[in-house]
Amino acid sequence: MVNTKVTLCGIELDNPVIPASGTFGYGYEFAELYDINMLGTFSFKGTTRDPRFGNPTPRIAECTSGLINAVGLQNPGVEQVIAEELPKLKQCFHKPVMANVSGFCVEDYAYTCEKLDREAQVGWLEVNISCPNVHGGGMSFGTDPAAAAEVVRAVKKVTTKPVFVKLTPNVTDIVAIAKACQEAGADGISLINTMLGMRIDLKTKKPVIANTMGGFSGPAIFPVALRMVYQVAGAVSIPVIGIGGVSCAEDVLEMMLSGATAVEVGAANLVDPYACKKIVEDLPRVMEQYGIENLRDIIGGARNG
Amino acid sequence: MRQTIFTIAENTAIAPDIYRLVLCGDTSAITAPGQFVNIKLDGFFLRRPISVCDWEEGKLTLIYKVLGRGTQAMTAFPAGKELDVLTGLGNGYDMDKSGDRPLLVGGGVGIPPLYGLARRLVAQGKHPTAVLGFNKAADQFLTEEFAALSVQVIRTTADGSLGIPGFVTDGMAQAGAYTHLYTCGPEAMLKAVYGACRTSGQFSFEERMGCGFGACMGCSCETKYGAKRICKDGPVLSKEEIIW
Repeated sequence: MVNTKVTLCGIELDNPVIPASGTFGYGYEFAELYDINMLGTFSFKGTTRDPRFGNPTPRIAECTSGLINAVGLQNPGVEQVIAEELPKLKQCFHKPVMANVSGFCVEDYAYTCEKLDREAQVGWLEVNISCPNVHGGGMSFGTDPAAAAEVVRAVKKVTTKPVFVKLTPNVTDIVAIAKACQEAGADGISLINTMLGMRIDLKTKKPVIANTMGGFSGPAIFPVALRMVYQVAGAVSIPVIGIGGVSCAEDVLEMMLSGATAVEVGAANLVDPYACKKIVEDLPRVMEQYGIENLRDIIGGARNG
Repeated sequence: MRQTIFTIAENTAIAPDIYRLVLCGDTSAITAPGQFVNIKLDGFFLRRPISVCDWEEGKLTLIYKVLGRGTQAMTAFPAGKELDVLTGLGNGYDMDKSGDRPLLVGGGVGIPPLYGLARRLVAQGKHPTAVLGFNKAADQFLTEEFAALSVQVIRTTADGSLGIPGFVTDGMAQAGAYTHLYTCGPEAMLKAVYGACRTSGQFSFEERMGCGFGACMGCSCETKYGAKRICKDGPVLSKEEIIW
């Protein structure tokens, strides 16, 4: 009998499989299909201070082994998330949940995190710093170690819950950003967010995405994500959640061997709503196949020896 | 929503670039005309959302248009091939609002979902009229099937080669009084129909989708009552909520 349990900042997960923010809503669409309590946890739709419609459509473009999205953080705003979405989430999911938070200035992050900190079911905050900083010339917080650290310090002041910082891969040195977040007090690092990409429609000869560019995700980015997880996990002492193109139990094991304590699954949910269920169910068999008894024993194993 | 494996019974061209795909499998998740299904294709990452033309127990009829490489690949699917399909997606048309003489207005590949609607309205004893628009006579499909339901059919063609010359709005002008409007077609057509519509109505939209079941927010649109997901809260929106 294999053991799939892992511990994420003091909270034990039955398994390391976590649907990624923006691909799982608030859980209830998927709860119609299967009991989502079989998941380790999930990261709910990115929440901002104010309601957002997001970007104009088209927001989706297909790619080889992936897709580009430019949804633009559509969400009803933190007040409505707490008043309407979390009560519905609570009815179908009974474990600690991960609250994903975005902002466009440091104060936004602190405001939203402080509100979500009071929600009993929120086990972790996952702070997405890939958004443009409107007070910093529109450059993403996540591309500047000082700006990233500033967000982390502001959030840590308003919460006692573990704070994961979700990093953008669209940087020259992701390790420097991760280290800055750790030094500022982050409890963990989630990586990677989507890679900036675009497609052109040959009929119109214009970009498919109304916003021209968007975030590329899916199995195609898995090797890049795995490499970045390996680099970051080797450079920080806080836990890392590996994200990017994970679509099967084998991918979970690779992510963990590269240093991830848990794994998020994103794009796969959009093409197969049962993707995470299948991964959780396959995990024990695949662990046995590769002679793994305790999943937590393999974290970072690719680095040793 | 249900994930079902269907077997292809038929996949044939019925007009230039228009194919009828008949599938055998569990259709019990489909609850209203105007809903759609989302089909997994080998070699393509995203599924292909296709509106339901008609369904009965164990049998699903779809009509699709070749628009890109994915739908082109679909044309080669042989009978007997199995397909992974998410069924029962979207809200579909509300038949309770039809009144006795509903008007159905469809353009091109927007016509198929109106067929399943017309068949059910007739079964309820309603008297629908269908305005079906094409670019040219050679493009017409499904018109005989509508007529076989004893639905009054008004055909329009942009080049005047069949029926009333012009657009579906020219056909609407010939349709007489109606109690409610149902429509599906390209957005420019929907907008013109919206302008010409004299009653309440239901408009079926399309948008590039990620998941097709409400998870990714890829296909949202703004309405008078806030953001709606075309795939989950739509594809059918009521006339009064559309911002035009």
